[in-house]
Amino acid sequence: MPPTRNYGKGLRGLSLATVATLSVALALVFFYAPLDADQGFVQKIFYLHVPLAIVALCGFMLGGLFAIGHLRTGDRAWDMRSYVAIHMSLIFALGALITGSIWAKASWGHWWVWNEPTLVSFLIVFLLFATYQPLRFSIDDPERQARYASVFAIVAGAFVPLNFIAVRLAQGFVHPRVLTLGGGNLPGPMRLTFLVSLVGIALLFATLWKYELTAKSTRMQLRALRRRVLGDDAIRPLGRSAAPS
Amino acid sequence: MRTALAVLRKDLRLELRTFETVPAMALFAVTTFVIFHFGLGQATISGQLAAGVLTVTVLFSGMLGINRLFVTEREQGGFDAFLLAPVDRTSLLLAKAAALFTFLVVLELIAVPAFGLLLLGPSLGPALPGLAVVLLLADLGIAVIGTLVSAIAVHTRARDLIGPVIGLPLMIPALIAMARGAAAPLAAHGAASVPLKWLEVLALYDVVFALLAYAVFDFLLED
Repeated sequence: MPPTRNYGKGLRGLSLATVATLSVALALVFFYAPLDADQGFVQKIFYLHVPLAIVALCGFMLGGLFAIGHLRTGDRAWDMRSYVAIHMSLIFALGALITGSIWAKASWGHWWVWNEPTLVSFLIVFLLFATYQPLRFSIDDPERQARYASVFAIVAGAFVPLNFIAVRLAQGFVHPRVLTLGGGNLPGPMRLTFLVSLVGIALLFATLWKYELTAKSTRMQLRALRRRVLGDDAIRPLGRSAAPS
Repeated sequence: MRTALAVLRKDLRLELRTFETVPAMALFAVTTFVIFHFGLGQATISGQLAAGVLTVTVLFSGMLGINRLFVTEREQGGFDAFLLAPVDRTSLLLAKAAALFTFLVVLELIAVPAFGLLLLGPSLGPALPGLAVVLLLADLGIAVIGTLVSAIAVHTRARDLIGPVIGLPLMIPALIAMARGAAAPLAAHGAASVPLKWLEVLALYDVVFALLAYAVFDFLLED
């Protein structure tokens, strides 16, 4: 039983900020950002697809950083943070893959394009992290599960940038380089809209991450309380689970 | 270092006495070539296609070795004995990676000539130097990742599943570089030299994952 933590603190403010930013982002996307000259309305999926992908990749690497915290301190709360970050990132990554596929179909005519390095690297990263849950699930001992999952999260987190280098070298530069260090080639209104969307999606990630942490730790505290009140026999043991407990 | 050498010697001697892993890997590789012959419907192949077939075959044969790497330690109590001994734990990583590397090199000493004999269109001789460099660099990466993944997978319930499922995506960058790099020496119109960027990617991959494996391997042994 890890020490109880109050993850719910500040959750309301964070949720309100997320709703506000996302509303502003949507308004900007539909009423402020100009229509793309080549692609027309379909290009607006860019404001959802790219932030989702960026946030998912950052979330994966964040999971690796939390895992370092777990291995260094031995505190299982870090494992929980790492698990929730990777779990959320998987959902965001799936969203990014689906929106990317729709965008590819609309602008290039195919659901999937292999000569698109960013898309391909993203798929590889997704496939790798998709094994995180099966790995956890197939280890019974919770302590060992947490340790091995952390090792995996660190290795896979470091894998993310390396994979992007290798795949990018393997193909030409097809994707518009939107996020170069020089600010890219986006015109002003589009860049502003994009940045607000990025912040909105990042806030959404943070909120959902906090919600899941709060829910999980509350459920654990509740179980501990019930066990104290009703006795050990009254509480059914948890089944095998991929989630930290 | 002495510990690593001792464990490596133990592994190699075990393999020499039982012939359990490497012959199976080599047999698997040759069978895969036959399957590719029928699957592709071609008598000879060259260039990128040949490089891809060789890469996939080496990788999947390597997977057999990776799956077996720690099984004896777990079943015969080698892990417990190693943890009881007052030695540096990283030496187990070093020894196992070296053993896997040796297995892969021996596998290729059999599989590459067989590949030249069975499938490759252009002659193997001029391709060998370039191919050897690519294969050795790729073997290093596969050995390091394979050891790490095998150490993770051996303690899971479904270890034969978890190993390849985690290992394959992790090895993809190395495989891209290996397949692209090996295409030049295997080209139909005479062997070309390997583009430097693929050797750099392989080397970078090897170094990064070697350091990473060195950093995290201890945590896989704590008990």
